Amino acid sequence: MSTARTYGKAMGVDEGGDVRPTIDAPFGTALVEAQRRRGDIVGLTADLGKYTDILPFRDAFPDRFFNVGMAEQNLVAVAAGLARTGTVPFATTYGVFATRRAYDFIAIALAHSRVNVKIIAGLPGLTTGYGGTHQAIEDTALMRMIPNLVVIDPCDATEIMQATHAIADHDGPVYMRLLRGKVRQVLDPDTYRFEIGRAAVLREGDDVGIVATGLMTEAALDAAAMLAAEGIATGVLHVPTLKPFDAGTLAAFSAGKAAIVTAENHVTRGGLATQVREALFEAGRVLPLAAVGIPDAFVELGAVPTLMARNGMTAEGIADAARSLG
Amino acid sequence: MIEPPTERTAGRTNHPPATADIAALTARAKRMRHHMLVMARGPGQGYIGQGLGIADVLAALYFHELRWSPERLDDPERDRFLLSTGHYSIALWAVLAEAGVFPLGELVTYGADDSRLQMSTLDTTPGVEIIGGSLGHGLGQAVGMALGLRLRGSAARIFCELSDGELQEGATWEAAMSGGTFRLDNLVALIDCNGIQADGAIVVDIEPVADKWRAFGWSTQEIDGNDMAAVVDALAAARATEGRPHAIVLRTKPGRGVPTLEAREKAHFVRVEPGEWDALIEELEGQGR
Repeated sequence: MSTARTYGKAMGVDEGGDVRPTIDAPFGTALVEAQRRRGDIVGLTADLGKYTDILPFRDAFPDRFFNVGMAEQNLVAVAAGLARTGTVPFATTYGVFATRRAYDFIAIALAHSRVNVKIIAGLPGLTTGYGGTHQAIEDTALMRMIPNLVVIDPCDATEIMQATHAIADHDGPVYMRLLRGKVRQVLDPDTYRFEIGRAAVLREGDDVGIVATGLMTEAALDAAAMLAAEGIATGVLHVPTLKPFDAGTLAAFSAGKAAIVTAENHVTRGGLATQVREALFEAGRVLPLAAVGIPDAFVELGAVPTLMARNGMTAEGIADAARSLG
Repeated sequence: MIEPPTERTAGRTNHPPATADIAALTARAKRMRHHMLVMARGPGQGYIGQGLGIADVLAALYFHELRWSPERLDDPERDRFLLSTGHYSIALWAVLAEAGVFPLGELVTYGADDSRLQMSTLDTTPGVEIIGGSLGHGLGQAVGMALGLRLRGSAARIFCELSDGELQEGATWEAAMSGGTFRLDNLVALIDCNGIQADGAIVVDIEPVADKWRAFGWSTQEIDGNDMAAVVDALAAARATEGRPHAIVLRTKPGRGVPTLEAREKAHFVRVEPGEWDALIEELEGQGR
């Protein structure tokens, strides 16, 4: 079903409706563009090329694509070696395998020397119903503890495409979560500008503030619209870069608001909610805060919408959290 | 995915001389051993056993096989030596100082606060290609470098040292599998089998080492890693073989060249009484190598 879209130009946001347009394989499409522009990118995967949207790159640049098989430590090590010969490697796997299996390699072979490799991590949080083996529920918390690493959780197709270009141009290691396949477009590509390390106010509203990252930003925008309809003016701050964290924009966003709700596709211990609490406390701002996200527990197998709903990770769940602080 | 070797635009032109001066290389190795004893005398301890064991191989590499210049450490066309076992740093400092990368007088700072010459390697020290020491990290990065050099048609080659203990790290075999798959004939793995690891003698069965590398698609040789002529010949044979990566299994003796240290049972991390280092240096000087 196709619907004519109206974008809120001031904020760079699709103003809503039930159906947002989608873009197919935005990461792979943007990676091909970035290589045509730069000429120094190489692609790698650990037997998950088909499932991480990197096949457009392989098909366009077969000489520059390397599949190392199911070997995530080696994926990171080979990428590090390629970077040290002057290429810009993009290495794809699932977030669980990159972080849990190859942590030492990301920390030492990449981050310690700021080696210029981009880890592209599929299946963030509850984007698969395949259970704890495949759901990367704690990956950004692990990654943001590593010095020198940039950590990004994009929210939609627009942002994935822009961020792919931005991290290709950034000289240093990056961990970026991937939304794959037909990815919804929430942000207006004509007016939104992704920038590493910058949070963006997507909606103004003085009563309550929702701070969201990744997939949950879309639900946050829908929740804000619901709350506004009830007379609760709700702002939305989108935080695509989890490290370095834009504490300044958060502090300004929180000013004058009665409460903050955080929303993330990740465990709330160690993730965005923890970062927001840290940053607000350090800024001398103490206010009621509710955290929407995955609890401190592994999530069962099941349909993604079911799992999201059970954990309150929906627009309605975010709105409920805001109302509970009222 | 199997890729055929690509044409090298630069050709196989960066070869070392056809003949090596074995006596000169042996003398270099002996000087390096002397440097290492002087280094270890400072803190009174260190990974001297491993350093003395690998000295002949590093002398053969840096003074014969590698196309490399201490004046152009960032030359993109340089051959690269990767020391995966960061704790062998004492040997790397000895050979780099001997080659003129830093002054011999700096060697006495080994292991001291703020020295560039620490007990493990960081790539911030001139001449160091990767951070070693988290074992199992070297060979995969060597595979990546070899791929990167081949991609741009470079004739430069990659030499990666790793140890028998590192054969217990799964990542080593992930890298070995990919080196064979990608048929990286610009890559040489130098496997230092000295028979020791942190807990003593090798604690799990890793033999037959050479058969394992052959099974992973590597052209494989097994030699006495303390026989200079054998080391030089093995490097030449690796250079002459196309279409596959090369593994040289080096049987070395910890403490080589210093009989007291060769006889040590606790050879992984050696402590010696402060007054004894000079006696060990005299032992070395009294030896043929």
